[in-house]
Amino acid sequence: MAQSINSGFTPWLKRDLLLAYRRRGEVASPLVFFVMVSTLIPLGLTPESAQLAEIAAGMIWVMALLATLLSVDGLFASDYQDGSLEQLLISPQLLPMPLLGKITAHWLTTGLPLTLVSPLLGLMLSLPAAGYLPMLCSLALGTACLSLTGAVGAALTVSLRKGGLLLSLLVMPMYMPVIIFGSATISYAIDGLNWLPPLAILGALFAASVALCPLAAAGALRITSAN
Amino acid sequence: MSQSTLLKVDNLAFERDDSCLFENINLSLNSGEILQIEGANGSGKTTLLRLLTTALQPSAGGILYKGVALSQCRYQYLSNMLYIGHQPAVKLTLTAEENLRWMVASSAKINQLSIDEALDGVGLSGYSDIPCYALSAGQHRRVALARLLISEAELWYLDEPFTAIDKQGVSFLEARLQEHLHRGGAVLLSSHQDLAIDNLRKYSLSSQAGQTQ
Repeated sequence: MAQSINSGFTPWLKRDLLLAYRRRGEVASPLVFFVMVSTLIPLGLTPESAQLAEIAAGMIWVMALLATLLSVDGLFASDYQDGSLEQLLISPQLLPMPLLGKITAHWLTTGLPLTLVSPLLGLMLSLPAAGYLPMLCSLALGTACLSLTGAVGAALTVSLRKGGLLLSLLVMPMYMPVIIFGSATISYAIDGLNWLPPLAILGALFAASVALCPLAAAGALRITSAN
Repeated sequence: MSQSTLLKVDNLAFERDDSCLFENINLSLNSGEILQIEGANGSGKTTLLRLLTTALQPSAGGILYKGVALSQCRYQYLSNMLYIGHQPAVKLTLTAEENLRWMVASSAKINQLSIDEALDGVGLSGYSDIPCYALSAGQHRRVALARLLISEAELWYLDEPFTAIDKQGVSFLEARLQEHLHRGGAVLLSSHQDLAIDNLRKYSLSSQAGQTQ
């Protein structure tokens, strides 16, 4: 076959980034959600920094997960409605590469900004200083896993009119290892333990997701489009 | 012009939810030929086209491209095929130029015509910088149809290409289809209109045992 493996990755990445740029307000809403909820926690629970510090790691991860879940729903929805997904499915390219391009664009517009604003939230939740670097590393790796696995769920539910709840049920079990090892990375660091092992497991999860999720999403799209 | 058989459909059948939409579809398409699929609403015109594009899998029967089963020549077939569906695949937040540029980026066989020339060709000069949400339905269709000016694919599958297109657009499209046929291409389209194109055959889906006339 005379096609390069990369074919399709860059055009779809560029296109989705451009689309995200054109509707910045919509794309920014998970981020706003993330920041807003984090400011509410000290108000609702307790402003005591000692108590906040205990729950900070878990809270930041729960909200990062929910913020990603909010946005992953729309990954294929508009392409499905306007027919561009169908064009992709019948193009001669290998399907996983364009999908990986789309997923990368999704991470760049949700996971990455989320990671970048997280120090601000750490400050609001009185996260101890030792937790910041592990938080940045674990969120960067972990949100990429969330985008990748979320894409499989989004591909499976794209043809359903009200797929939102089903999508959450489908991907939530796959999100659990990510949140467990993600928050463990931060709390290990706060407790003065070696935080590299849980981060390494996140890295392994990420490597497995990069290899498998685009394939699974491609298979799922072929199944859903045939109905 | 060599009259080679590009596409042959053999006893194609499609079932959805255990009910048969159609069966025993037999048709062939030679280069230089245009086949118009007719049928009442809901008779399966779009489904037949989607089966041919491999977006759907037939429940029985086979499709041959140049005498070879599709499973054997999927890449060659898909690179030589252009499909414009019911939805024009136009992104509303992108401009006409960006839309076309992206559509062309994913097609394999294209000619030297630039994006601007193609947009001029379909009468969208001056609209290339405007986001598509500000354009009309007919103009969306024209953005999608601009792909026909750039594509070098042999087989064109067009699902209701005349929807929302004005009279002048229809005659432009007919001329473009005729030109494609002269170059040895083939077209299969669904439409309710009477077309002024040579070498036109019709295929009716309405009756169960529809035969090529």
